Amino acid sequence: MLNYVIKRIAIAIPTLLILIVISFVLMHAAPGGPFNSEKPLPPQVLANIEAKYGLDQPLWKQMVNYVVGLVTEFDMGPSFKYKDRSVNEIIAQGFPITITYGVLSFIVAVTVGVSLGAIAAIRQNTWIDYLAVGISIGAQVLPNFVMAPLLVLTFTLWLGWLPGGGWNGGQWQYLIMPVIALSTSYMASIARITRSSMLEVLNTNYIRTATAKGLPAKTIFFRHALKPAMLPVISYLGPAFVGMITGSVVIDMYFSTGGMGQFFVNSALTRDYSVMMGITILIGLLTIMFNLVVDLLYAWIDPKIRY
Amino acid sequence: MSLLEVRDLNVKFNTPDGEVHAVKNMNFSMEEGETLAIVGESGSGKSQAVFAMIGLLARNGYASGSVMFEGTEILNLHGPALNKIRAAKISMIFQDPMTSLNPYMRVSDQMAEVLVHHKGMSKSAAIAESVKMLDAVKIPEAKSRITMYPHEFSGGMRQRVMIAMSLLCQPKLLIADEPTTALDVTVQAQIMQLLDDIQKDFGTAIILITHDLGVVAGSTHDTLVMYGGQVMEDAPTDELFAHPTHPYTRGLLSAVPRLDQDNETLNTIPGSPPNMMNMPKGCPFYGRCEYRLDVCVDTLPPLTEIPGHAGHFRACNVPVEDIK
Amino acid sequence: MLVDSQKVGDLAENLAKMDEVKGRSLWGDALRRFKQNKAAMVSLIILTLVILFSLTGQFLTPWSNEEIDWNIMGNVAEMGKPSFETGHYFGADDLGRDLYARVVQGSRISLMVGVVGALIAVIVGTLYGAVAGYVGGRTDQIMMRIVDILMSIPYMFVLILLLVVFGRSVVMLFVGIGLISWLDMSRIVRGQTLTIKNKEFVEAAQAMGVPGFKIIMKHIVPNLLGVVAVYATLLVPGMILTESFISFLGLGVQEPSTSWGALISEGAGTIQYGTPWQLWFPLAFFVVSLFCFFFIGDGLRDALDPKDR
Repeated sequence: MLNYVIKRIAIAIPTLLILIVISFVLMHAAPGGPFNSEKPLPPQVLANIEAKYGLDQPLWKQMVNYVVGLVTEFDMGPSFKYKDRSVNEIIAQGFPITITYGVLSFIVAVTVGVSLGAIAAIRQNTWIDYLAVGISIGAQVLPNFVMAPLLVLTFTLWLGWLPGGGWNGGQWQYLIMPVIALSTSYMASIARITRSSMLEVLNTNYIRTATAKGLPAKTIFFRHALKPAMLPVISYLGPAFVGMITGSVVIDMYFSTGGMGQFFVNSALTRDYSVMMGITILIGLLTIMFNLVVDLLYAWIDPKIRY
Repeated sequence: MSLLEVRDLNVKFNTPDGEVHAVKNMNFSMEEGETLAIVGESGSGKSQAVFAMIGLLARNGYASGSVMFEGTEILNLHGPALNKIRAAKISMIFQDPMTSLNPYMRVSDQMAEVLVHHKGMSKSAAIAESVKMLDAVKIPEAKSRITMYPHEFSGGMRQRVMIAMSLLCQPKLLIADEPTTALDVTVQAQIMQLLDDIQKDFGTAIILITHDLGVVAGSTHDTLVMYGGQVMEDAPTDELFAHPTHPYTRGLLSAVPRLDQDNETLNTIPGSPPNMMNMPKGCPFYGRCEYRLDVCVDTLPPLTEIPGHAGHFRACNVPVEDIK
Repeated sequence: MLVDSQKVGDLAENLAKMDEVKGRSLWGDALRRFKQNKAAMVSLIILTLVILFSLTGQFLTPWSNEEIDWNIMGNVAEMGKPSFETGHYFGADDLGRDLYARVVQGSRISLMVGVVGALIAVIVGTLYGAVAGYVGGRTDQIMMRIVDILMSIPYMFVLILLLVVFGRSVVMLFVGIGLISWLDMSRIVRGQTLTIKNKEFVEAAQAMGVPGFKIIMKHIVPNLLGVVAVYATLLVPGMILTESFISFLGLGVQEPSTSWGALISEGAGTIQYGTPWQLWFPLAFFVVSLFCFFFIGDGLRDALDPKDR
């Protein structure tokens, strides 16, 4: 088990380094960036950057400085736009908002998706199965940036039930639409994966054995079928996580939640490279950590790959 | 009262391409402690017949007729009534021990749950009992091995685990569906020996389903030969081997490889089994039978006892004396 | 992305189980089966119409996608409704530009991004996967490790970074999307190459001393076509989704060019001003086309899958 973990981490570290190198090189190549004298930056910002990277030093040295700051103090350097704010401060402001509805959406997608898919598999070829299949086909073409305006159109403009945006400290009325918009397509994918893998598991010989043992249907489902049927779902959790974190950018923008995505897009539009880079690296880190957890979960369920 | 009495058992499947009649008018009975072999090629309906008895048919399958177990009707039971019989009274072991155990659960959990569910035992008592049963089926170091996962056992050992698991509640009847097909030849013999011992030690009646007549000889009381979903011949095993009276049985017997005869080639029955989707009207064996008569095209006589041979039934138009 | 790589994996497995692709009969058979699939056939027809619309639609309207109709400007909600009299078949957008002309133009860009992205994926992914699978050993391990690493990078963020740094243009979009789209493809192709590699006809070619690259191009790649075709069809909507996502954020194609994502974004931003057609028309094209691609991909997969024959 320990070996397995070490192996996974051994892959994670170069991934993160590559991400940092790519971001850093891109930032350097950027026209109008701080390392390019065409468009001079405000003197205060330039001073911040100078202090952080040491601009007279060679590129690799600057990168090392950045990585050392990142590893030792989790310091992502100064913003390129705001003279009195660091990337850390900006992230600290937006991250809690994004993570709040992001985690909620993830929980909704997994619980609703798994339940829907499992019920559909157990009641194969009944109305609930058709409904589940219909939803999962339909939701394939309803990504978050389509769901968001449709929800606002329905619940804000027509029905007037929910506020069309804002955060308001995360009050529930402000959470509903972001969560639905973000989770729907992943919920549908999870439902589809659960359904097909559950159907496959229910047809296996070992479920037939369990049936022949006279166990009640409920026991067979929860003790024997659920774990193996979850394996494909668990494999999908990694991509789903990345997809949802990416999708949160749309949600933050469209609902003006003040989350990290809003800062990301704004910094993209104003070429605030260090903020973009900081957010990208943070998300890369989260993704890698999440994938590690998923891998361990998988290994925990499947005894064959445990060691 | 017989332990098991099967009358006019029919099994049909609804498929997208039409109805498949997998078992046609099956009749047999067996006593406590007896062993019965059901022999036939794959697709002869032998497995579906027993699946029907304990409600294991696929969703699109349905059964009709009557199966009396200890005097009560068990065919088409549902829910708790059916679950009370399964494993407790009639248990089953399957063809492929590699896939019949849940690969994601420890053997201890899979065995103990049978006793916990049927006997209301505590988990620890159930595991202790399971270890005893593993000892009984000669699994070495049962106590430490019981906490392993199925993939840590060899094929033969897994089949032993299956057998031990099926015996936990001391069932009256054990159905073994091709228990040795997926195993090595040497392991096959061990498993057959084990089943033999169980029948003697526990007095369990056994239905042995197989396509291999060689396995049947010397290990069962009665043998039932099936072809195309119908019983062709039903006789005490010794009698069947001594006087096979059905062309199909004779074909099967001559196809068993024998060490005591010096054959250069292995005998086979020419042709292939009939298409289950499109069964011939008369005898299903008609196309491959070397004795066939014109009447065989549209009629198959019911199983009838051969005069002078008590307990020996056959379904064939060809007179017994003509079969040589 | 929403591409169902699990199903494609199954197909790859089943195709690989066949002894050898029997040239014409496989494809002939598949064509016959595909024609029997009503959903796929209807999708194919609709999609053809959408493509025709995107290529020739501009000849049916007097308006161009940039021109502003000064008559209705300022009162689009009232006078910019979809109508044949004004010539604005789909209505006008909030700036008074003809929505029909813009949808024609947006469809063209979105479809092009989808097809080009998938094409890059096919070429790069197939070659990369086939080489890794065929050469095997350490090379394979290193090549696949690289794919692993690239796959765990949050590509959308890097893509946006790329677009910002090098300027937003359609070409940059192609490059950016093409950079990541081939990863999944290379994995699937590699898996199938591993099975094909051990088939007799490949071993025969090796025994006759055919050089490695020639074996890959002549024996391996043709046998991969089925899986690649199916996966490519499913990749197109994935690419379109990616592009739309970026354009929705306003980071994709630049005005006056547009795409489905950009149009949906505009429509979504103006729904409270009483011009709902701005959302409905592009959304309908987007949803219908994606549906068509998915159904065609599914149909192709079922048609090529030898399992249920």
